[in-house]
Amino acid sequence: MAEELVLEMRGIRKEFPGVLANDRVDLDVRRGEVHALLGENGAGKSTLMNILYGLYRPDAGEILLHGKPVSFGSARDAIQAGIGMVHQHFMLIPVMTVAENIVLGVEPRDKLFLDERAAETRVRELSERFGLVVDPTALVSSITVGQEQRVEILKALFRGADILILDEPTAVLTPQEAHELFEIVRSLKADGKSIIFISHKLNEVLEIADRITVLRRGRKIETVPREGATEPSLARAMVGREVLLRVDKPPATPGDVLLSVRDLRVIDERGIPKVRGISFDVRANEIVGIAGVDGNGQSELIEAITGLRRIDGGTIEVAGQPIIPRSPREMLDAGVGHIPEDRQRRGLVLEFSIGENVALHDYAKPPDSKWGWLFPQRMIERARRLIKEFDVRGGGPETRAGGLSGGNQQKVVVAREVDRDPKVLIAAQPTRGLDVGAIEFLHRRLVAERDEGRAILLVSLELDEVLSLSDKVLVIYEGEIAGEHVGEFSEHQIGLEMLGVGKKTEAA
Amino acid sequence: MSNEEHPTPPAEQTEEAKADISSAAGRLAVKQRAGGMIVPVVTALFAFLIGGLVVLGTGHDPLSAYRDIFNGAGLNWVFHPTTDIANTAAYNLSQTLLQTTTLILCGLAVAFAFRCGMFNIGGQGQYFIGLYVANWLGYSFQGMARLPHVLIAVVGATLAGAAWAGIAGVLKATVGAHEVITTIMLNWIAIWVGEWLFGDGGPLQNAANKTVPISNDVAGSAQLPVFWGQQQLQGLHVGFFVAIAALVVFSLVLNRTTLGYEVRAVGFNPDAAAYGGISVRKNLVRAMAISGAFAGLAGALDMLGYLYHFGQSDIPATQVGFLGIAVALLGRNTAVGVGLASLLFGALLFGTTHGLQSGVSTIDPALASNLTYIIQGLVVLFVGADLLVLSIWGWRKKLRPKHREATA
Repeated sequence: MAEELVLEMRGIRKEFPGVLANDRVDLDVRRGEVHALLGENGAGKSTLMNILYGLYRPDAGEILLHGKPVSFGSARDAIQAGIGMVHQHFMLIPVMTVAENIVLGVEPRDKLFLDERAAETRVRELSERFGLVVDPTALVSSITVGQEQRVEILKALFRGADILILDEPTAVLTPQEAHELFEIVRSLKADGKSIIFISHKLNEVLEIADRITVLRRGRKIETVPREGATEPSLARAMVGREVLLRVDKPPATPGDVLLSVRDLRVIDERGIPKVRGISFDVRANEIVGIAGVDGNGQSELIEAITGLRRIDGGTIEVAGQPIIPRSPREMLDAGVGHIPEDRQRRGLVLEFSIGENVALHDYAKPPDSKWGWLFPQRMIERARRLIKEFDVRGGGPETRAGGLSGGNQQKVVVAREVDRDPKVLIAAQPTRGLDVGAIEFLHRRLVAERDEGRAILLVSLELDEVLSLSDKVLVIYEGEIAGEHVGEFSEHQIGLEMLGVGKKTEAA
Repeated sequence: MSNEEHPTPPAEQTEEAKADISSAAGRLAVKQRAGGMIVPVVTALFAFLIGGLVVLGTGHDPLSAYRDIFNGAGLNWVFHPTTDIANTAAYNLSQTLLQTTTLILCGLAVAFAFRCGMFNIGGQGQYFIGLYVANWLGYSFQGMARLPHVLIAVVGATLAGAAWAGIAGVLKATVGAHEVITTIMLNWIAIWVGEWLFGDGGPLQNAANKTVPISNDVAGSAQLPVFWGQQQLQGLHVGFFVAIAALVVFSLVLNRTTLGYEVRAVGFNPDAAAYGGISVRKNLVRAMAISGAFAGLAGALDMLGYLYHFGQSDIPATQVGFLGIAVALLGRNTAVGVGLASLLFGALLFGTTHGLQSGVSTIDPALASNLTYIIQGLVVLFVGADLLVLSIWGWRKKLRPKHREATA
């Protein structure tokens, strides 16, 4: 590998009021190298990359590109200097074709108009060169998430990127798609491109990176070559202490069926069937995990069971009692707890205090209120107890929920749900966006709640999470159960089922 | 590999997500909270500053103009307080407080809906409906004892205002019609209903002279007692205390009742409210109705307190419902804020018309009364441009650490 340095960031410092996001961070990237940037949320990875991409200005430090100091005032400057970034959230226009999206802003023109044929030809050339298979004439709305990501990569390459920043690129991909992405990354590398690979997944970093830079709390901890690095050593560098990477989980002893779903059908706002005849049971002392690629009906399934969305057919029984969920209130009263997938949009009223948030389901009942009159002091007392029990840090009962960190917000949500003593607990993406420490806490708590006798339905896009926590795994694909696994799970088989391949298991 | 994080958007996007409240009103409410007490004061000062520049532009001295308004509003009363209504300052103050009474209730009408995430532009129409119903009920039961008559008229007008606003609430909850559009439409309906009611041959036109498009006077038994000044000279009536009590009720309902909890939850985050088991639709209708009740009550107190009658020509001259919007915005939709903003606008309303009548004013009469509306407009403009005011003063950055600490 060439030792030529294409990029050096020296002593980068960026302070946001109250927070030092980057503190004298150094990073150097070689030509034809995959350089992983590893760290927990809030470690400063995104800030550093946003500085490189011209979105933020550093307070101190310098950036050298091919040995020359540069200063970017905007992303446009960075793009012109040959830096490309693929964000976690794709920025494509669904109603336009792949080729149109790629050339957007730098269109080949035929006089005044877009020269579609030239655009398509050039996109096709580029995609063949790097093995990025995607049809230039397809509408973006019709392609898969994995393909959208390729379009984003092509977009950056089309603008002449030599240094490509991939921000958490595998977050939205299935294991198979991730594997294909790694192939693409290798072909880019072979072509002499440098790739900065932002991640907090230790296994994939060890698979793809040549060197790994670990950030923690805004500081660079170390830069190590892949050779010699191990998952425990990287985890320790990331978190600053030994981390238990596996969930300790005694085998389940399932009891009575507490949640029974039969032939459930749900349609979305546009009348499209999203859940198409799903049946399953969740028993006491059992965690049932639902694996699947985002958008295969998971959200609609949860919303139906929690009363947030009307069902189109089928039956739901909670602890043997049939219920047609007409409102969230009905399901709450039936003993269904719900940790929603988006705690900021749904799980919490961010402007409310922790005390008020803890009362979100029961504000209208004693002891929180009587005859419509609230007793804020009682809410505060309960919040104080739960803050202690769940180790919520960063505020007291009267602190605004929005002022807490993500992990602590989630603890408030979980505390509220668990404190109602639900028979069934639905946990949707319970650790999304949380750091390793908070994940450890929440995973242990979910297992503890299972052992308390609750029936837990876990829905997560994070396959690792589903596999490590669940006693039974269901795979959802296009609104149907594509596979059911008990005991030993085959990650490969589940991955195939998530993609709709190998639909061989018992039909729902 | 079990203990993996699921990635989140970078910090910037998280921040956006935090501000992502589904309605414009909700977003504004969040931003306003961040500004605290200082921003509304700065907003008002800015409005006065630019209003002063307008006065200067007409070739007059803004300082003496503002002094005239101050004195004209009777605010100089505080320097030598007296209950003697023959005293000019005392009289002026009583008139300012009369305006304040109406403004408090019209301001609360906007503020309550706002706290539920809705922008009630229909205070004007709801006020008119309250006015009409109070006139009708106040005239209808001739010879009734005072207390029941006043109660019937006040309660009837309040409920009518609630029902009128409730239409917009129902339309929003059922078919999703935006309340800004529907309340504006309802304002026009209320205006033309008034034109018809008091016009030639209209059901509420006075019995004595069928050529004059004016209503009957409400019966003496429906008129509110005046406690400061003389009834014939538009003295200050007991409705003033009702308005003060309404401020207290507003605050208690919002902060100390389950109803208020629901209203605030829906206003801040309807998705979370629904998830919590709160019916968003029910709250939209109910909050709108409560808003309308405040405006209807304002109409009732004005009709029974000092107007006693109303005519076609009064309709276009009445703007108090719209001033309620500026009051609520400037008052940050809180009870204390609405009270103070009402006093400010009440003083402006009366001070600009009276400051020159006292003969000491140096400014053009037309400009004097328009100054209220100029300042009102500027306040609405600046409240809308809150962030501008914040960034001008360099406070925007100071507002961020709270969040930054959270994500670190």
